[in-house]
Amino acid sequence: MVTTASTSRGLDLIWQALETVCDPEIPALTVIELGIIADAWIDNGRVTIQMCPTFSGCPALDIMQSQIKAAVQGAGFDDVTVAVVFDPPWTSDRITPEGLRKLKQFGLAPPVRCSGVVREDMLHNVACPFCDSKNTTLESIFGPTLCRAIHYCNNCLQSFEQFKPV
Amino acid sequence: MRARNMIYSKTIDLMDPVRLPVIDLLYRLADDGLIIGHRNSEWTGLGPAMEEDIAFSNMAQDKMGHALAMYNLLHEMGEPEPDVLVYQRREEEFRCCSLVVLECFDESARTADSPLSNNPTRDSLLAHGDWAIALVRQFFFSAGDEVRFAALAESTFAPLAALARKFRGEIKYHTMHDEAMLQRLGRGTTKSGQRIQTAVDALWPHALGMFEPTNHDKVLVQSGICPLESELCDAWRESVEPLLRKSGIDVPAKANPIYGGRSGKHSPELTALLDDLQKVARLDPGAKW
Repeated sequence: MVTTASTSRGLDLIWQALETVCDPEIPALTVIELGIIADAWIDNGRVTIQMCPTFSGCPALDIMQSQIKAAVQGAGFDDVTVAVVFDPPWTSDRITPEGLRKLKQFGLAPPVRCSGVVREDMLHNVACPFCDSKNTTLESIFGPTLCRAIHYCNNCLQSFEQFKPV
Repeated sequence: MRARNMIYSKTIDLMDPVRLPVIDLLYRLADDGLIIGHRNSEWTGLGPAMEEDIAFSNMAQDKMGHALAMYNLLHEMGEPEPDVLVYQRREEEFRCCSLVVLECFDESARTADSPLSNNPTRDSLLAHGDWAIALVRQFFFSAGDEVRFAALAESTFAPLAALARKFRGEIKYHTMHDEAMLQRLGRGTTKSGQRIQTAVDALWPHALGMFEPTNHDKVLVQSGICPLESELCDAWRESVEPLLRKSGIDVPAKANPIYGGRSGKHSPELTALLDDLQKVARLDPGAKW
């Protein structure tokens, strides 16, 4: 019999387990900081985790799904389903403030808050993650992964990548 | 009018006579995504500039992702698994429009002894490939995607509306890219402008064909799933025509749209494409790679 108290303790364990799963392409961020966990619940001992993909075509999706499942199973739950959902839609606004800080530390310019509606001006004069200068030029709105754009810093003379607002 | 106010929250809420038209719609959307994704991926390693190589590869990956999400939705509605839909369907079962099927590399680029080779030399491919066709096709298509998914974001079929809302954020990057490149080349040199104009003239009837009416349209409109194809076509023209003019390109005069794709009638170019795409699956059904 699952009591309310034990369910709430179970949920704590699940969220703690999720804190150990990182984005395979940006290992500095956990899946929670990236904002891709939409919901998690326990029903009669069965755990369901809902994750919303950052980009629909993200090839890291399968890996993240299996890593999340393994982490929650490792916390003592046998029956774990990780469902990919599009409602709510993931937008870069879902990245936590701590996640934004870690992105910059990792060398990626963090996305500005965009409420899910990108305008072209959000991609210009993006602050360089290395020297903070805004004297930067957008080189390409597409980059090495779906979530990155390429810029050049005219101040510290380095290329850098931005996590795209979306 | 009953159906207009009804929201189909889950796939199981769709019943006759709405279910089959929605399945048909999803095939049209997913197959367009798969095939343009495949076509754009043909430029990986061959783009005329590094940034364009990356752009076309990224857009290919996005569209493959959109196609997969919609094939998954079809699977939820009782259709076969995505891998079966992509690797085992016959040509006449595909519902993509002719615009996405068009080949940018002419046949002579394929070597005689290996007609299905997917690795001819880069020089040979470049000599026979027309990137103006690829870019203008992509510009026409992403503008179509934008009006279509804007409408579908308001669909009464909630799972599709959720996908549409998600896709729109990604498509925004495609339209930004395509419009910028169109302007740059349209107003670039005399030669670049001419090549864009030639591609626009050649592709215009195919582009209008994206909005081929189907005999499911009435039910889809009445049930609030999506607007009429002709309405989408009008919205598309309102979007692309000013952008063409702004890029110094003449909007083609009246043209007859090229239809057929939505009822499974395709050009031999799709036969060749599927020969490539399904090659491994046909040699070794069920193979994992």
